[in-house]
This record gives sequence, structure tokens and C-alpha cells, in this order.
Amino acid sequence: MGLEDLSHNFLTGQIEELVKWARRSSVWPATFGLACCAIEMMAAGAADFDLARFGMEVFRASPRQADLMVVAGRVSQKMAPVLRQVYDQMMEPKWVISMGVCASTGGMFNNYAIVQGVDQIVPVDVYAPGCPPSPQTLMHAILTLHEKIRTGELTRRRAEGTGAGIQIAEPTPGWVQPQPRPVHLGTPR
Amino acid sequence: MTLPSFFGGFKVTLRQVLEPRVTHQYPREKRPKPPRIHGRHVLNRYEDGMEKCIGCELCAAVCPADCIYVRGKDNPRDEPVSPGERYGYVYEINYLRCIHCDMCVEACPTEAITESKMFEFSFTNRADAIYTRSELLVDDEDGMPQQLPWEDWRDGEDEHTSGWMRATAPSGSAAYEGEVQWSGELGYGVRAPEGGQSDKRDDKATGNISIRTVERAKIPRKAGGKVR
Repeated sequence: MGLEDLSHNFLTGQIEELVKWARRSSVWPATFGLACCAIEMMAAGAADFDLARFGMEVFRASPRQADLMVVAGRVSQKMAPVLRQVYDQMMEPKWVISMGVCASTGGMFNNYAIVQGVDQIVPVDVYAPGCPPSPQTLMHAILTLHEKIRTGELTRRRAEGTGAGIQIAEPTPGWVQPQPRPVHLGTPR
Repeated sequence: MTLPSFFGGFKVTLRQVLEPRVTHQYPREKRPKPPRIHGRHVLNRYEDGMEKCIGCELCAAVCPADCIYVRGKDNPRDEPVSPGERYGYVYEINYLRCIHCDMCVEACPTEAITESKMFEFSFTNRADAIYTRSELLVDDEDGMPQQLPWEDWRDGEDEHTSGWMRATAPSGSAAYEGEVQWSGELGYGVRAPEGGQSDKRDDKATGNISIRTVERAKIPRKAGGKVR
């Protein structure tokens, strides 16, 4: 949108309000349902709770057309790079709701297979507690996000690789990813 | 294409226009909740203001998600906090780990920790999600839970939270079948048994609302509702 070059004055103040209103009135979520939380997310999109009231009924399957990633469910270690890639493919401005305790901290799955908090991978804006959160809790999180967009800075960008203040360590210079060696089965002759 | 066939395609759509609306307008109104629903915890007090928690750490031991952290401490001799020997001087619940299974409520020997009906809350940072003793303890005067700024409490949700409630079956113990559902509450007394427990049910006293009476607009006409 080219808003990065904008310098602030009394004229841009009104435009900023307009842009922020437009942004929070049509936050399109990307589908990232991973577990049972996704069922509640679907319920929130259905007629009973009707996310269309917030202008976000279209769950986009392509990250390029989504503004919000609702991480619904436990993130396994294998899913983590996929999640990060989907987040990287989303266009700015983008937001993340960590839905449910498993996505937020690992919940009751405190083991080696589950990422203990999705904010180690992507920056999370709003955490929705519950196991799973009811559609009302998800809508409360969405309204919190709306408030965050309304009061937030328009052109602010987060630093690379941070989420919840956690720094992801860069690989040591000179370190090479070890390549897998071919495995020979059977006894060598 | 003739005009009747054109509008014929809209038959279902036009018929639905006259149907009652099924959507719950959440920020304006909440969906009716069953009386046994699990929400945010509270730490209760006795009527004289003493804390019920004796710092036994059974809730922390039983918690499957390891979200509770309790440390007990000996009561100060001249100014005791709880009537027991010890009291919980650190009590923390991480709501980004709590799965609201209500096992802490079942484990508690003094009915100190109970659950309210409020679950509409969300956090913008992780520090907010850790509720300490000062946030979980009920008010000294009226025994009502504290309302934090990011929580969406509505009328009636903070009532009847101070009494212990069985998490699983309504009639868990045969000895209490039809006798009592909740224990004596601060300011409310003993609560009557809820529906489904026995023929002694008293829906008016328990505040138990049948979903059929509240949500007639969402029940098919065949079953006595309004939706076609």
C-alpha cells in the first residue's frame, strides 16, 4: 500500500483511522486447524455464532489472501516449519491468534512431540485460553484483536524472528547441516 | 427461461427469510450456559474472611496439565490466614495450560478452589494469563470473584461459584442422591439438587434452565420448536 513512506501529520491522522477501520472490519482468517480446536473454529464460522458479523466468514485456504492465522490445535514439531512457512507466505499486515491451550503453551501435552507454545515460531497477538475455547472465547479473542488493530500503530513492523520476546538463535557461522548417509541393509560381503 | 422457474430457484432462500434467526449476537448477548459449566477458578473464603485453602497442594498434584503451582506455609500464629495449620501463600494458575477439567475442584478437601461460569477471556501477553493468589481470591465482603479488565463477566455468572460442585456425574455418590448438589455457599446456603438427579429436582432453586425452553427458535417444528 506504500504506507511505509507516510510521514505523520493532521491529514494522515484521519486516513490512518480509515485504514485501521477497514483492516479490522475484514480480517480474513487462514485455515490452520490442527486439532479439536478447529471444530470450535468451524462452529464459530457457522450460523450459530456467525463470524460474518465481523466480516471474516471467509476462511482462506491460501495464505496470500489471509490476514489472520488462527492456530487452532496442538502444533507438533514436524508441523512447526509448515506453520512458519504459511505465516511467511501471508501478506502484511498479518496477525496471529493462538487458539487453545495446546497452541499457546502445549497445554497438557508437555512432551517431546509438541511445540510448547506457538509463539516460539510465530509472533502471537492474542491468546485464547480453553480446551478447546468455545466460539465465544474465540470471538472474545477476535474482538481483542480488533481493539489491538484499532489502537495500534499503522506502519509498525515486528522485528524478524521474534515472538513474545523470544529470540530464536541464529545458526553458528560455519555450521553445516549434516546430510543423511545412505544406509546399507544386510551384511556386507 | 420463464419467470416462475427463475424464482423457483429462490424458493428455499425466500422461505428461510421468514424463519426465526438462529445466530447468537455474542458481544451483545451470551448463549445460555448450563449450571455445571467449567470456567475461571476462584479461591474461596469462609464467611469470617478466612481463606479456605490450606496449602495441601493436592490440586497441583492432580492437575493433568500441570498448570497449578502451590506452596504452603505455616500460618502465622498471631494472625492466621486459614483455619488450618498451613495456608497457600503462593497460588498460581496458568490459564494458558488449564484445560478446565475440574479435577482440582474434586481433589480439594476444603472446597477452597471452585470454578465460575465465565470462560470468555483472552490475553495479549503471557504474563496476564498467570493468575496469582491475589487475583483468584474472592472478595472479602461478599464472596464474589474479582473481575479483571480482560474478562467478560455478565449478570449471574459470578453467582453460585463459591459452592463445591461435582465435576462428573450429578449424583456421584449414592448417599447424596437427590439430597444436595452443591455444598453450602457463602450467602446462598445449601443448593437444591439439579435436574436429572432425582424426582426431588427444583429447577427454580437451582437456576437450571432447559435448553428446550430457552432456544425454541432453534428446535425443529416437529419437535415442538419453531424451525421448519
